[in-house]
Amino acid sequence: MTQSAIESREEAALSSTAAMHAAGEGPSIGKPEEEICVSIDDISLWYGQKQALTHVSMEIAVNKVTALIGPSGCGKSTLLRCINRMNDLIPSARTEGAVHYRGANVYESGVDPVEVRRRIGMVFQKPNPFPKSIYDNVAFGAKVNGYKGNFDELVERSLKRAALWDEVKDDLNSSGLALSGGQQQRLCIARAVANNPDVILMDEPCSALDPIATLKIEDLMRELADEYTIIIVTHNMQQAARVSDYTAFMLTDEESSGKLIEYASTSLIFTQPREQRTEDYIRGRFG
Amino acid sequence: MTDFGAGVRLRAAGAVARRQAFSRISYWILLLATVLPLGLLLYLGYDTISEGWSRMDWDFLTSYPSRKAEQAGIRSSILGLVWVLGLTIAIAIPIGIGTAIWLEEFAPKNRLTALVKLNISNLAGVPSIIYGILGLTVFVRGAGFGPTILSGALVLALMILPMIVITSQEALRQVPPSIREGSLALGATRWQTVWFHILPGAMPGIMTGTVFAISRAAGETAALIMIGASAFVAYDNTSVFEDFTTIPIQIYNWTLRPTGQGFQPNASAAIVALMIGVIALNAVAVVIRERFRRD
Repeated sequence: MTQSAIESREEAALSSTAAMHAAGEGPSIGKPEEEICVSIDDISLWYGQKQALTHVSMEIAVNKVTALIGPSGCGKSTLLRCINRMNDLIPSARTEGAVHYRGANVYESGVDPVEVRRRIGMVFQKPNPFPKSIYDNVAFGAKVNGYKGNFDELVERSLKRAALWDEVKDDLNSSGLALSGGQQQRLCIARAVANNPDVILMDEPCSALDPIATLKIEDLMRELADEYTIIIVTHNMQQAARVSDYTAFMLTDEESSGKLIEYASTSLIFTQPREQRTEDYIRGRFG
Repeated sequence: MTDFGAGVRLRAAGAVARRQAFSRISYWILLLATVLPLGLLLYLGYDTISEGWSRMDWDFLTSYPSRKAEQAGIRSSILGLVWVLGLTIAIAIPIGIGTAIWLEEFAPKNRLTALVKLNISNLAGVPSIIYGILGLTVFVRGAGFGPTILSGALVLALMILPMIVITSQEALRQVPPSIREGSLALGATRWQTVWFHILPGAMPGIMTGTVFAISRAAGETAALIMIGASAFVAYDNTSVFEDFTTIPIQIYNWTLRPTGQGFQPNASAAIVALMIGVIALNAVAVVIRERFRRD
């Protein structure tokens, strides 16, 4: 893709997003106008004694791409992992507050994390296909979740949705590990899509990929947003500007770690941020 | 401009020459460390085979023991070993791998489980004769099983359990955490994650450790003598509640006989038979391991 094409895409992303009116917690934390899919309510999190998130509250719109940005150690990945309870896997992690997914508190006692993760899928930083065939990779989630339909169709549909079908349709039985990095990441997206989730979390999905593969994944994210709610963590501000409808800026400072500083539509954040620190970060003055 | 012309000497000199000399010496020392014990082992192997080869024939493998050296064979020792080892494997592998999975994948990480892990490592270093004494007290006398195949297998299973647990834990830890996360993030349960991803990934390592442990059980003598395994069995075992003998016990008994009665070549031949058995066991493990590795 040419440079001008990228720029026009950025402009499109900036102009198309709905303006967000500030309300609720503070002047800099906005609230999307659309229907809310995931609502993070006053989440604080500790790893042992060390606090990683401090009173984060934000609401995430249905069928939009929401980006979490901020410098390393600002808690954006931790916040993402709160949403599908992946932090449960870290024995020292302790969470306070609530995450409501379509009205239900994910952290309520009696909630099974397996039910949560079935609806809220995840794609990781480093592509992590299972050391199995492409077919088995895609079919795995459906298999363990007791899918009763036609697996061949499901695999084809999911791979098409992840824009990988044409490249792999003749080698569905070869190992997922034999693919290139970008293909592996799209396989992981296909794998998540095959589970028919509602939300897809992406934790820096392009940081291990080359620019071409990155663009493919970004295109894919825009396409997937018409069907899924996508929340993406990214180091790359241009990426946030290109793909997201809403952007949240997080920061760890001397006072507290993992704070949400500003949350608004991507166009607002990148053109007229309210907070000085947001502007400094976006202009590349720190982080 | 820098002059790259003549005058730069690139032959080792001074400190570089000394470092390189040390490096060359280390090569020979390390080679010696490899060749010396290997040579000794080869000599022992040659000595045993050359002494026992004359006795190695079908009759030797299929005859019961006898007071006459040239009529004695290892039929009952082979059968006894197969019985004991089979039962040991059936007991030790599920329990050992199960323990390892629980400790690595399910157990909470606290002081108690840390203590359990430490103790398992210590148990791997306990001499086999101690397991024999334990077996004599608990299984042979306490439970009243007597010096039977069942008692022998229970003792050997206990003896190799720590080894299986430790190597299986190590193999499970080698499976990358990203696989675990990927599976759980798709809504798989812990058990589904273990069954479909962790266990297949750890299988080559688990197989290697398990076969080492079984080989050790196959050659075990002291613990079985301690529980009173018979030296003279002149029938084919048909149940786990019978007396038994194994090849190592038979070897031990033959080597105890005074020289000149002709039992030494029998012992050597039995050693060769045992070695062939253990090598075959290892070969099976390699085949299984490679199959898992390819998938």
